[in-house]
Amino acid sequence: MATITDTSFFQRFAIQRRVLHALMMREVITRFGRDNLGVLWLVGEPMIFTLGVATLWTMSGLNHSSGVPIVAIAVTGYSSVLMWRNSASRCGSAIEQNKPLLYHRSVQTIDVFLTRIALEIGGATASFIVLSSFFIYIGWMRAPVDILLVLTGWLMLAWFGASLALLIGGGTALSPIVERIWHPAAYLLFPMSGAAFMVDWLPQNLQRIVLLLPMVHGVEILRQGYFGNVVRSHYDISYMAVSCLVLSLMGLYIVRQAAKRVEF
Amino acid sequence: MLSVENVSKVYATRQGPRMVLNDVSLQLAPGRNIGILGRNGAGKSTLIRLISGAERPTSGHIRRRMRVSWPLAFGGAFQPHLTGLDNLKFVCRVYGVNYKPLVPFVEEFTELGIYFREPVEHYSHGMLTRLAFALSMAIEFDCFLIDEAMVVGDVRFHERCHVELFQKRKDRAFILVTHEAHVIKLYCENAAVLHAGQLLSFSSVDAAYDFYQSTMTEHAAQHRD
Repeated sequence: MATITDTSFFQRFAIQRRVLHALMMREVITRFGRDNLGVLWLVGEPMIFTLGVATLWTMSGLNHSSGVPIVAIAVTGYSSVLMWRNSASRCGSAIEQNKPLLYHRSVQTIDVFLTRIALEIGGATASFIVLSSFFIYIGWMRAPVDILLVLTGWLMLAWFGASLALLIGGGTALSPIVERIWHPAAYLLFPMSGAAFMVDWLPQNLQRIVLLLPMVHGVEILRQGYFGNVVRSHYDISYMAVSCLVLSLMGLYIVRQAAKRVEF
Repeated sequence: MLSVENVSKVYATRQGPRMVLNDVSLQLAPGRNIGILGRNGAGKSTLIRLISGAERPTSGHIRRRMRVSWPLAFGGAFQPHLTGLDNLKFVCRVYGVNYKPLVPFVEEFTELGIYFREPVEHYSHGMLTRLAFALSMAIEFDCFLIDEAMVVGDVRFHERCHVELFQKRKDRAFILVTHEAHVIKLYCENAAVLHAGQLLSFSSVDAAYDFYQSTMTEHAAQHRD
């Protein structure tokens, strides 16, 4: 089964670094292309969404009595969605779009996924920072209370997004049905993901159900860090960590299976 | 030394598993070459892809103790949305080579003109082949894997490939697969035939050639019945 070459661990490390760099440059060209304003859309899309949500909620008078500003809920919520939805969606099509590049021996299936995950997480992080800085600057949002907790929530969401992306990407490479299911699933998960609500606002039986979703914990951690004790959050970081760990292992296994079956 | 040891490859098809290569072994020393003859669908390209490492064998081992190229054929190894230049940069980054000194050679060899900076998806078959060939010449390999690359393209392209590969790089090893026996007779010192999933080696190129011709007539006879 194996392919044996006389390369040491460090040589392999250097090769993978080169490959990831090459893939990253390749992705940047097509994602943020020459002809379209890709980098601008990185911030533009969540910006339009946030402004839209803020307008709708203000107009409908649904502004919550909890004293939590709606713009901040929308920014933290949508940015969290970007973390898990985009990397998974981008990995779904990754192998199909990069297949010719796998002709080069050192370019492996996992490298293609890792590149896209890094790019999506980097993009979502950049848009989160730019967007919240902007809203803080114009006074629609306050600065985060506990930046370390914000960072913890963000990193947990990144982990969840990465493991989900490996699962969807590897699964799609094995069977296109996975991507077909992923698209409706992503739409269904969106309203349940905690993007537009805090767990505390829900009735108790519903709270138990949404807390089964790992990303809800991530959003709660993020908002606890952002708003501090103004809000009551419900989360269990160890539940989220265990879920992410299980998903990561499953994702890595599936990617390995997919890599064995690359065919031209 | 490049060695292929008891390699088999099974593909899943709708009619169940199909064994394309059955226990194939092959050795190639640095600087030597071999031509592999096989009819269409005999598994030549599969063997080349396995040796290159683009695909993995179902069983068996492939040991590469020299720098082995990717399958040198038509534009298989390109990302269609990238330009020719982007693809050159990509390949150079992957193999750890500075691309800048290589641009003149690739531009000159491929004769792509302004298309060198246009997306590869707009290239013709001939343009893709020229780019593929130029890129694999740009990176230094000890062993080239050639998948009927000499068959496509015009006479002028053939001549230039000939110069680059068989004159300027005559110290390198190569494996050439084709269904055209005369190509092997022209370029290879050893020959083998891929037939019914097995790789049969012969003491001389002529013996391989004779056997290959006999499988062709046998095949034709079967189809007449």
